[in-house]
Amino acid sequence: MFKDIFRKTKYVTIKSGQMQNRTPSEVSMQGEVVGISKKELPDGLWVKCPKCGEVLFNKDIEENARVCTTCEHHFRISANARLALLVDENSFEEWDAELTTLDSLEFPGYEEKLIEAQEKSGMTEGILTGRARIEDIPFVVAINEASFMMGSMGSVVGEKIARAIERAIELRLPVVIFSTSGGARMQEGILSLYQMAKTSAALGKLAENRLLYISVLTDPTFGGVTASYASLGDIMISEPNALIGFTGPRVIKQTMRQELPKGAQTAEFNQEHGLIDLIVARTQMRSVLARLLRYHQEGAQYGATV
Amino acid sequence: MAQLFEFEKPIAELVVRIAEIQKFSADKGIDLSQEVATLEKKVALLKKEIYGNLEPWQKVQIARHSERPNFYDYAPLLFEDFTELKGDRLFADDRSVAGGIALFHGIVVTVIAQVKGKDTKENIKRNFGMPHPEGYRKAVRLMDQAEKFGRPILTFIDTPGAACDLGAEERGQGEAIARCLLAMSGYHVPVISTVIGEGGSGGALALGAGNVLLMLENSFYSVIAPESCASILWKDTTKAKEAAAALKFTAQDLLRLGVADELVRESQGGAHNNLNQTADELSQVISKYLIRLRSESPEVLREKRYEKLRTIGFFHETADINLTKDLT
Ligand SMILES: [Zn+2]
Repeated sequence: MFKDIFRKTKYVTIKSGQMQNRTPSEVSMQGEVVGISKKELPDGLWVKCPKCGEVLFNKDIEENARVCTTCEHHFRISANARLALLVDENSFEEWDAELTTLDSLEFPGYEEKLIEAQEKSGMTEGILTGRARIEDIPFVVAINEASFMMGSMGSVVGEKIARAIERAIELRLPVVIFSTSGGARMQEGILSLYQMAKTSAALGKLAENRLLYISVLTDPTFGGVTASYASLGDIMISEPNALIGFTGPRVIKQTMRQELPKGAQTAEFNQEHGLIDLIVARTQMRSVLARLLRYHQEGAQYGATV
Repeated sequence: MAQLFEFEKPIAELVVRIAEIQKFSADKGIDLSQEVATLEKKVALLKKEIYGNLEPWQKVQIARHSERPNFYDYAPLLFEDFTELKGDRLFADDRSVAGGIALFHGIVVTVIAQVKGKDTKENIKRNFGMPHPEGYRKAVRLMDQAEKFGRPILTFIDTPGAACDLGAEERGQGEAIARCLLAMSGYHVPVISTVIGEGGSGGALALGAGNVLLMLENSFYSVIAPESCASILWKDTTKAKEAAAALKFTAQDLLRLGVADELVRESQGGAHNNLNQTADELSQVISKYLIRLRSESPEVLREKRYEKLRTIGFFHETADINLTKDLT
């Protein structure tokens, strides 16, 4: 199905009904939307930018990689839409789509939540993995889906990431992971927590094989995902203004009675504190990744026999 | 007297009654030893009944007991000696994480432990056992040293979670924990982790991805605190008891889920009731696994640690979306 998308158009059309639910940086860790109300937007034709307040023609921002044409605010984007923006046409081969969730703890309300998430996201779980090309350079890609239970990591997400990394080692390919996640998924308890260890250990194997890992943090990335695969990139990239941290701002405020300074936990804050290499606008992501992947292609290293 | 829980009150009441009868018997010179013996038997039965059937929430209370033994209580009982080493060489020394070199059953080991305080003053010093990034970076520094000198690593987990303040965010709390996980996955020495009290989320996991996970029988280890879970699920922190059951985080649950390898018996009613007895059990179990792991080659140790992590988690592997549960 993804291949069809690429043949048709460069950008995936996002249904109007979903517009209001996708305002980034206004979503709390539990996914409560506190952004613009539906009343302000009678139909899907227009969208109000939460940053600059400008009312924008929906079609215009879609043609601009869902980035505000006035202030460059990055609206949240689905995994499939991101993939379409990023990789060469018809180059994506999806892996492990048949892995689906097991409610092994029989956690209250989990099955209902999963069905809801599947309907909302059109995906079976919170991450897309596979192999693709950028400017003809092959690589392994994984992209979190924010609308699937806040991109949280349970057994399936952890397993898909670990398998993708292991296959990258077999195929001797670099790995790029786009994270957007509230963290480890509560509903799978300790099993979710250990996916952090699983994905980190797999990245250890990748590093041992001297293969590149680029981590791209997008809005929002928190908790167990920040504390595992998302922080272990050889190169750490973020989209502008993305919220990134370990503990969510609401929890810090509640438990520490500490008001975070303005701009705390943004990509820029993280870069200032030495945690991120590059802040890259979505419209530039493809070309920056192509350049970084090229630096690391087999044969590019000093001493390599060409 | 030690902090007493609601569920222990029937025991305490009987104990008080026995004392009253004994006093009455002594005062009046009447022999009531028969009655006392009967009641004492009843106390023993009641203890077995209550402590043998603790609910998850009751275990949480025991694991968080103000007199729950911490690492510094166990250290002199577990080790022939212990030399504490401090600092992450980057920013500070985090006092919620203790680390150093110890002699355990004649074997030189590296020890890393989270430490909660036992009173307010100590808790402030130790940030309630919630490590900052420098605590995790100290752990990595000392574990790297263990790898360099071929020493087994013993970690002890006891934290409500990683520190969650602005400083922790500025200094990269997520990165610090992730580096712990990455580092631990690469070592060629045995890594044995033990949850001695509270295992709070990613902050606990940072020290928990070893070859073997042991848990004291009244400890718990969870992705989220039961109070926070209740607040998300039911918008009501008072439902922590229900959340505790839903999260399946007791030592017994983790053993069943294949995350914990063995449970360590505590003294009746919790480790605080008999530190020596609990430490002795702990020492024996750790020793058993250490001997077992030391017989493996360095490469096998590392591979087996990876395989253990690789198998944690349950999912369906079919094309059709099916959410039925069939965990056995
Ligand atoms: Zn704008």
